[in-house]
Amino acid sequence: MSAPRLDIDRIIDDRRTRIIVCCGSGGVGKTTAAAAIGLRAAERGRQACVLTVDPARRLAQSMGLTSLDNIPRRVDGTRTESGGSLHAMMLDMKRTFDEIVEAHADPDRAAQILANPFYQSLSSSFAGTQEYMAMEKLGQLRHADEWDLIVVDTPPSRSALDFLDAPQRLGRFLDGRLIRLLTAPAKAGMAYMKVLNAGLAVVTGALTKVLGTQLLKDAQTFVTALDTMFGGFRERAEWTYRLLQAPGTAFLIVAAPEPDALREASYFVERLDEERMPLAGLVLNRVHTSPARLSAARSLAAAETLDMGDRPNGPVLPGYGDPDRPDRSISITVAALRTHAERMNLGKRERRLAEHFTSAHPAIPVAEVVAQPEDVHDLAGLRVIGEVLSQQAG
Amino acid sequence: MNPRPTRDTDWDGVRLHVVTGKGGTGKTTVAAAMALALATAGRKVLLIEVEGRQGIARLFDCPPLPYAERKVAIGLGADGAGQGGDVYALAVEPEGALLDYLDMFYNLRRTGKALTRLGVMDFASTIAPGLSDLLVTGKATEAARRRVSSRRGSPHAYHTVVMDAPPTGRIGRYLNVSAEVSDLAKVGPIRTHADTVARVIRSPQTVVHFVTTLEEMPVQETLDGIGELRELTGGAIRPGGIIINMARPAMLAGADLSAAVSGSLDVTELAVGLKAAGISDNHGLAADLMTELREHAQQVILQNRERAELATAERPLYELPMVADGIDLAGLYQLAAALRRKGAA
Repeated sequence: MSAPRLDIDRIIDDRRTRIIVCCGSGGVGKTTAAAAIGLRAAERGRQACVLTVDPARRLAQSMGLTSLDNIPRRVDGTRTESGGSLHAMMLDMKRTFDEIVEAHADPDRAAQILANPFYQSLSSSFAGTQEYMAMEKLGQLRHADEWDLIVVDTPPSRSALDFLDAPQRLGRFLDGRLIRLLTAPAKAGMAYMKVLNAGLAVVTGALTKVLGTQLLKDAQTFVTALDTMFGGFRERAEWTYRLLQAPGTAFLIVAAPEPDALREASYFVERLDEERMPLAGLVLNRVHTSPARLSAARSLAAAETLDMGDRPNGPVLPGYGDPDRPDRSISITVAALRTHAERMNLGKRERRLAEHFTSAHPAIPVAEVVAQPEDVHDLAGLRVIGEVLSQQAG
Repeated sequence: MNPRPTRDTDWDGVRLHVVTGKGGTGKTTVAAAMALALATAGRKVLLIEVEGRQGIARLFDCPPLPYAERKVAIGLGADGAGQGGDVYALAVEPEGALLDYLDMFYNLRRTGKALTRLGVMDFASTIAPGLSDLLVTGKATEAARRRVSSRRGSPHAYHTVVMDAPPTGRIGRYLNVSAEVSDLAKVGPIRTHADTVARVIRSPQTVVHFVTTLEEMPVQETLDGIGELRELTGGAIRPGGIIINMARPAMLAGADLSAAVSGSLDVTELAVGLKAAGISDNHGLAADLMTELREHAQQVILQNRERAELATAERPLYELPMVADGIDLAGLYQLAAALRRKGAA
């Protein structure tokens, strides 16, 4: 069973494509894929901006930038003959959050929120907040309309699609009963208070006992402040969510041909479908292939034969090669045959896993990227990945 | 690394092994193999998962783990097969950990359930992820300290606890629980709990192992992770060993290796060798194989470079082979045997 081919060039050449989201589990080459696609789009005439949220600064390394600082920076060395350009930025989660607070609250209240210990914990911790802020930043970049294509690399979340849940989770959070309880004295209606009153004393008592008075007070102050300023943020989060569902968005799932990564990929397919998000296809990274028509079994058998000193076809020509090492051609051949057999076996296993995915999702187009002998750390390397990605026709 | 005659393993006395690694390096697999290797006859080991992925259940081919300690496997026996002690597993999730916490310290299980219904965990993990991390780590440290009975000098319930922890990028902050909540809670019960948890994590009974592959990014993240741990905690949280996973075997060495990488190997030499093995050089077979050999050589050089890079961290290195057909239970025991042979467990 073979999957339809994913045509990356068609996607990036289509001016209606405004956002490409690369998602996938950690360690599958997601950031590299996003950067390679951004570079290729730019060199094919798009005004592209790559947004990465990975704290490992991998994108920075591969794009030859020393720092990415929450502002899209022009990437030097991009070929601009076709009129395109490439910018790249790394999300500074805390700064993005601070900016939202400053934009949505009057100076006094903003200062109060920024100093609240809960705010500081929330805005600088890695889990959860990153997803909200990535969505926020994506919305901002799209809204600014300075780029005609934004390529996003999603956060390495605990749960891979947390970024999709971010807007709704925020909504659920703000509508949550606990928030209402904590802000109850300030805003709840009388009828609601009556229902709550019975349990309120018990629960507040327990919370105080467990959390301590000061902590509870800080939490109360914080959620009250959040409540008043986050309406706007929530609206924008919902706007971004709808943007992701719009026809101008293309989701690419990035995976390596390994069981965990492909299982995660399957999960993505289902989730995206549930959320009615437009999935363009799967990028299968680091695939091992070989043009040589020699099976692993035959290769290994031949290596063994040579190793044991059998020479079914007579001795190697005397005097051939290095005179000090008459058997050099044998040692090289054994190494080559073993290398080939290992590669064939690995390739076979990967193909089996990929077919497993394809039989579950036969309609999802796939682009394969063969494993590169070395890691990508410059634009030239990214360019090669981009080329490999789009040469899928053969 | 250097086997000491007076000790069983490099980590004798350690009761909590925290295993971290970059995504895709096989951190869960290594944590599971380590638990199998530690569970020699008569020893009970607990393997803890904290990210709700059910990776342990998949590895051991059992139904999804509940929030309860379940026996999942028999440890590695002396002969390298499964004749050892028991490996238990537990998938900790914040909500269950909160209930445990309330129950254990305040006898408030019922109130806890009411809090859960009100969405307290959703709330806590949203506005203060450090709190839910604390509850989860707290569960791991509690298991490591637990005694069979409350009697003085009672033996530990588990000989060791192995924690499949969050990835390298988050590990420093994740384990630095005390500091993470200290701004939130300067005094009070949370603070006390955080201090207790921190005491265990910062004791010599806890080490943090880093799993990596011999690739640039994972190696860099490993070194960064070790550095961050030292920086954040001033050396109080101890980095353990570095476990090199999925190392590909090197088929070439010495002069052949450098010749292959520089492209100075003669393809006719290979053709002659193939002929000697009874394989004819059709369709440019020798040339194709030569390309593969050169790529392999590049990879070997790269692996050697990354190995040298890892050595700069001055931590014990343990190398695990690539298990050819993917990881199943047999593969896990194979890795466990390798870990034990090398003194890691």
